Amino acid sequence: MNLLVRLRPWAFIALLLVAWHVAISRQSNHLLPDPLAVGGAFVELAQRGLLFKYIVASLFRVTWGFLLAAVTAIPLGLAIGWFRRAEMALNPLIQIFRPISPLAWIPISILWFGVGDVAAIFLIFLASFLPLTLTAMNAVGSIPAVYINAGRNFGLSTAGIVWRVLYPAVVPQLIIGLRITLGIAWLVVVAAEMIAVNSGLGFLIVDARNAGNRYDLVVAGMVMIGLIGLLLDVGMRSFEKIRSLRWGYSED
Amino acid sequence: MSQTTAPTTARAVKTKLRAEGISMIFRRDGKETSVLDSVDLDVYDGEFICLLGPSGCGKSTLLNSIAGFLAPTSGKVTIDGEPVTGPDPRRIFVFQERGVFPWLTVEGNIAFGLFKLPQEERARRIAYYVKLVGLQGFEKAYPQELSGGMKQRLEVARALAVNPDMLFLDEPFGALDSITRLIMRGELLRIWEAEKKTIIFVTHDIEEAVQLADRVVVMSARPAKIQQIVEIDIPHPRDISSPRYLELRDGIFEQIGLAHKV
Amino acid sequence: MNSLTQPRKWEKFFWPVLAAAVFLAFWHYAVQFSGSKIFPSPADVLNGIDELMKKGVLGSYIADSLHRVAVGYGLAVLLGVPLGLTLGWYPAAAQVVNPVIQMARPISPLAWIPLAILWFGVGDAAAMYLIFLGAFFPIVVASMNGVRNVPSMFRRAGRNFGLHPAALLAKVVFPAALPQIIVGLRIALGIAWLVVVAAEMIAVDSGLGYLVIDARNSGKRYDLVIAAMLMIGTIGLALDLAFRRLEKIKSVRWGFRLEA
Repeated sequence: MNLLVRLRPWAFIALLLVAWHVAISRQSNHLLPDPLAVGGAFVELAQRGLLFKYIVASLFRVTWGFLLAAVTAIPLGLAIGWFRRAEMALNPLIQIFRPISPLAWIPISILWFGVGDVAAIFLIFLASFLPLTLTAMNAVGSIPAVYINAGRNFGLSTAGIVWRVLYPAVVPQLIIGLRITLGIAWLVVVAAEMIAVNSGLGFLIVDARNAGNRYDLVVAGMVMIGLIGLLLDVGMRSFEKIRSLRWGYSED
Repeated sequence: MSQTTAPTTARAVKTKLRAEGISMIFRRDGKETSVLDSVDLDVYDGEFICLLGPSGCGKSTLLNSIAGFLAPTSGKVTIDGEPVTGPDPRRIFVFQERGVFPWLTVEGNIAFGLFKLPQEERARRIAYYVKLVGLQGFEKAYPQELSGGMKQRLEVARALAVNPDMLFLDEPFGALDSITRLIMRGELLRIWEAEKKTIIFVTHDIEEAVQLADRVVVMSARPAKIQQIVEIDIPHPRDISSPRYLELRDGIFEQIGLAHKV
Repeated sequence: MNSLTQPRKWEKFFWPVLAAAVFLAFWHYAVQFSGSKIFPSPADVLNGIDELMKKGVLGSYIADSLHRVAVGYGLAVLLGVPLGLTLGWYPAAAQVVNPVIQMARPISPLAWIPLAILWFGVGDAAAMYLIFLGAFFPIVVASMNGVRNVPSMFRRAGRNFGLHPAALLAKVVFPAALPQIIVGLRIALGIAWLVVVAAEMIAVDSGLGYLVIDARNSGKRYDLVIAAMLMIGTIGLALDLAFRRLEKIKSVRWGFRLEA
């Protein structure tokens, strides 16, 4: 691709920034920041040491909630998917719980864990647990029977089938599920921090607004949230590029 | 190089398609790959031509540029004296059965190219071609409810329904089992004789080429050139154990450089 | 496939009912055993639902939540699908716009709350705007990828039959992309339902999300909190099931893998 074509997206971004700047400068209302003010807000946050601190706080909660969910939900989902009767029994319960917005659990999580990190981690855990369980369940269900039969044919024990056939066969779908779920977890941590704790990027947004309508800080927080969300997604996608997993994704 | 002898079979008289000096070079990541190297080919009106060559040799690329989907790097294609500039409903390209539209019924697929016709004429054509390819009773079925052979016949019916004067078939029976493939060859010949179309058929199957074609165009590996044009002077229906059939088949086997013993 | 014997007919009802009974019993006895005065038992929650219905707020809160979702989500569909189709159709445009979309997408819709309130004030419009944002990007991306993933064979076949670009889009590319678009629409509806609850907890004073937070704040009525959660789950499930029916329509079913 030639340089000019590759520069076009940047030109578009620059255009949007200019449009933003012009729109603000023509407005009498001084609440909304222009791009420069947001840049200034970043500097201010960095100087006060808050930027790094809040990013770490948010990532800390997401990491714990997400990891706890992954290590419990994936084995559980695989087991449920493997035993047909377990799937029949639990599927309706899971389906009812799943569409309950994780944020609706905020009162309960505060009741159980008080205002603080644990409550937020619990919410992220909840938000990740059911999608991951379902992904693992469906992944087992969609393994072609020939794989299992081939495994049996070569004389593998049940444990051998689980470890050498079932597990590698579901990994591509699990990775997609993990990526989507991490996106949800990132969405939830921001919301949780707006309500249940007093640190993190979500708190930054609410706090900046409540304490003196500092919308430059609000927008800086939003930009950070977008950037980190993007990095998390790109990071997860790099797993999908591993060669032994590529077969599981449609070529495009 | 290729000498284009006029076939002795009775039906061929005038040139339908002329390809002159077709070359194709693909550029990718700064590297150039030559896929077709100055191919000349004349196809006569009403003729059944097979392009035969190993997989990946460029015969599909040749068919795609003849059909107007790809512009050749150099050379030109004329049909009835008009240069080809793009795809045209007067000549329909048939893919492997994957080319049927899965969101339309059998009727919907056949009707796809008939949008300019009045309702009545459309219904008449649909009924006619459903019958011609033997899909009666499946008019309202969706492709996923059909077998591979039925989907292939559906795609041929969809092509024929617009009454094209040429058909381009790109390994159309490649995904079918060998029994269905044999039946489909018979069906295609029957339809060809009934409808008098000019057909260019790409295949890598020597037997298939010798069973179907008036002339077999043998192509070399990449960059593809025409190695030889073999005229199959056996009338249909062909006896595939006759000495002449075996002689022609073995001649092509040798041409491609394969011993015909397994 | 996995358990060797095929389940019998009665098992289809028996196991789910057993699981639900075990769950409710565990919940009931856990509350009783811990002696909690705040956390409600299943029976308390049933009474809570009854109380809400008698007061007449349940119906009106459900209607408020659904109304916000309908407007916000509807707008996202109306704008997102055409935009996604366009971007999929013109790769050059997608190349220019895609980075911006990818950067805007991971911003939690809830992070927009301060701006939404600033622009629209506390009320319906702010909540609808948040739902719109939450649903819009997944719909655009799904529609764009749907068009991009249409096999070139289908486009070629369409052009071969003499279709002009507009007809090609309407008669080939759109139906070919539809299964993927429907998946995107379903996922977006799930997100919309998640966002409306969150938005109602912060930005308005009616709806099921508001009920959750209000029941807690005004007197720790956790029976009402859980009653509201139950309603959120049930309605979310109903929306999802309704959408899955769309995937069963024959002209799009080809695009979905057969259920295992």
